[in-house]
Amino acid sequence: MIGQPLSGVKVLDLTHHIAGPYCTKLLTDLGADVIKIEKPDEGDTARRMGPFPNDEPHPEKSGLFLYLNTHKRGITLNLKSETGKKIFKELARDADILVENFEPRVMPSLGLDYETLEKVNPKLVMTSISSFGQTGPYRDYKAAEIVAYALGGLMYTCGDYDREPVKHGLAMGQTLAGANGAGSTLVALYCQRENGIGQHVDVSVMETVTQLCYVFQVIYFYGGTAFRRRMKVGGKLGALGDVFPCKDGYFVPILIALPWELIVNFFNAADTLGKPEFSSSVGRILYADQVDNALEALTRDRSKHELFHSSQEWRLPWALVQDAKDLVNCPQLQARDFFVEIDHPLAGKLTYPGVPYKISGIPWPQINPAPLLGEHNEEIYCKRLGYTKGDLAKLRDRRVI
Amino acid sequence: MAGMPLEGIRITDIGTALAIPVATKFLADYGAEVIKVESFSHLDSARVGPYTDNEIGEKYWERGVPYMTANANKLDIALDLNKPRGKEIFKELVRRSDVVTENFPPRVMKNFGLDYPVLKEVKPDLIMISSSGYGQTGPWMNYGAYGWGLEPMSGISQVTGYQEGLPLRSSIPYNDYLGAMNAVVLIMAALEYRRNTGKGMYIDFSQYEVGVFAVGETILDYSMNQRVQTRMGNRHPSMAPHGCYRCSGNDKWVVIAVSSDEEWQALCQAMGNPAWAKDEKFADALSRWKNQDELDRLIEEWTTTQDHYEVMRVLQAAGVPAGAVLNGKEQALDPHLKERDYYWVHKHPVVGTRALAGPWSKLSKTPAIMRMPPPTLGQHNEQVLSELLGMSKEEIAELASEGIISTKPVGEAELPPGYMPVMPIALGMEAGLISEYDENYREILGLPQE
Repeated sequence: MIGQPLSGVKVLDLTHHIAGPYCTKLLTDLGADVIKIEKPDEGDTARRMGPFPNDEPHPEKSGLFLYLNTHKRGITLNLKSETGKKIFKELARDADILVENFEPRVMPSLGLDYETLEKVNPKLVMTSISSFGQTGPYRDYKAAEIVAYALGGLMYTCGDYDREPVKHGLAMGQTLAGANGAGSTLVALYCQRENGIGQHVDVSVMETVTQLCYVFQVIYFYGGTAFRRRMKVGGKLGALGDVFPCKDGYFVPILIALPWELIVNFFNAADTLGKPEFSSSVGRILYADQVDNALEALTRDRSKHELFHSSQEWRLPWALVQDAKDLVNCPQLQARDFFVEIDHPLAGKLTYPGVPYKISGIPWPQINPAPLLGEHNEEIYCKRLGYTKGDLAKLRDRRVI
Repeated sequence: MAGMPLEGIRITDIGTALAIPVATKFLADYGAEVIKVESFSHLDSARVGPYTDNEIGEKYWERGVPYMTANANKLDIALDLNKPRGKEIFKELVRRSDVVTENFPPRVMKNFGLDYPVLKEVKPDLIMISSSGYGQTGPWMNYGAYGWGLEPMSGISQVTGYQEGLPLRSSIPYNDYLGAMNAVVLIMAALEYRRNTGKGMYIDFSQYEVGVFAVGETILDYSMNQRVQTRMGNRHPSMAPHGCYRCSGNDKWVVIAVSSDEEWQALCQAMGNPAWAKDEKFADALSRWKNQDELDRLIEEWTTTQDHYEVMRVLQAAGVPAGAVLNGKEQALDPHLKERDYYWVHKHPVVGTRALAGPWSKLSKTPAIMRMPPPTLGQHNEQVLSELLGMSKEEIAELASEGIISTKPVGEAELPPGYMPVMPIALGMEAGLISEYDENYREILGLPQE
């Protein structure tokens, strides 16, 4: 029986940290059968990254790992051992998809590059997500999220005029690269289904960040300018609108694509915002500091939620800054049953974001917690590959699993 | 060499701005036939500024750079969906399509009489995705949303910005892009499902929720520890140094991120082993993390006299993660992107030879190809109506004369209210919004003079 959209799609997951696990998370959320392969003893590096309950590090309790790896089955395998490689190839033989996000030199050094795996399974779609891609002069550069943000060009455009550029919090580049990886993988899977061919998919986090740069990535080709950050004076991108402090947080009026008159009327502020010199967008750049000050005076004493709801009543598509507490208590997210509670044997019952979609006629299934390290060894090695429990003990002794 | 991987898939795309157009462009790059249905009375907001060469020209709507970034490889038909004949044509397109994509507020498709229940009658195994700000249900379903506002809304701005500073709305609408890539995943998954079951599906996608989906660890932290995470600038929860440092030149910067003692030693060596680096304040990861205000200041003393590319090269050669902070010009000229053939140079009928970002990914046997430049409004009216719907020249001419199709916007002389006409470059530079301008950019880029 076909239950979920990707039911029956077999994915081998050799990923760690953020980009790769986010990619396979999207696939498993849609019903793909994902087997996550981790290094014996250590496991995924994300297991050592917080947040942890009470800030006490524990490899089975990392909030980051738990979130990115729900519903996957987990096995351990030492890919440096010959037996480990042999077992890996057995798994690859009947997989549809393999996703990995090592540095580009790693898979070839293990003797598990695409050319080798293609011989094992010509239909395999192998997706490699790396910081800079599988080719080019930066290929073997050492990376971190912030490095991909810098070279990807997005960082330069974020922040104050004269201060250092600043990246998004968390790992937005790797997250988007994971989604890009999942989409690209499914395009290759479609091609496999139609034409019977597998192939190698190369996803670069740096290029993903570049894609994210809206017009900034190409505007030089369209007129020879490079955009900087916020304005020198007034600092708040005055003409575009920005984050304004209010009584209990921050309100975000977005000023583009709206008649200025409407904004003046909404705030009932003909005397301040209604000044003739503010009526054109060029004027609002020239007098940005005054526009900012006038707006701030109008938001300072009001509440963020009240401003948000009243602006929506005026059909102004504005926003507020929400933090984790606001989100967990958001009536819209609650009405859509967005959050789910998942009970993990060691980390306990916690609130997780669910998925950002509803599919007609296909309810989202009960989601299993992230796997303990090696939790599904017996299930996969014995039931799927036909090893005996005795074999398993031997593999364990030889530190293959 | 195999053909295009998505050859044979047809998508009727009525999306505007970015959230859906970016998704359908991804699919078009891989060979899907995307028919973009545009309104000529309410122009796609992506057509309206910033403009090519900062000029409105005779047809401002063909010069919008945001539109260029999201619509290459698509066919374009400009159709009035308020008229019954327009609706009929839309349904005929849907009948011949695998997928329909839209990102209006929920009321719009219903008001057109073109929502999923209606379209499913036309095409029973239809796959349709509606990507709206807040989703198709719930108390906020009819709330308006821009990608620019959804980033703060969904918890991203709360953790973005300088330490102890205001939350930062980034320079781009992040949710639009993450939403687009998630929409690609959903559309491809739906096609797999249809292959296995013969059934289509309707997907109610929320651009707000996709942002919350990207800050999962902050939700878990709140659930575990009732902690509300906040801004840490460019810093990292465990790595130090981890920041952005000033270099020589006008507004040039480099980032450095050290994750181990080994990388720290390599950094010290690259800096010429200064005496301060031996201080026990910086002896181990925890001490470096605790003393990073001072550490950052000392590192910046070293970087500030050097070229940002040079610092990157020296540190990378030593095995330290580092990257020059590239601006738009430097990106356009970056050797890595060049060697990977990242930019797609092409000729557009109105704005001439330009380059756009290439594909999001590289498929080894069926690579994405740029087949068509971003379309002009209604560029493919005739092609789509005659080749796909089998209409005669006379019928098409009649549709044009009745105002069902067009190649010009209604009220073409005027910009929609609230939009910036053109920001003069001198003003942009004076205000600090533009950092560099080269009049001879075509020469610098090696583009033909036109």
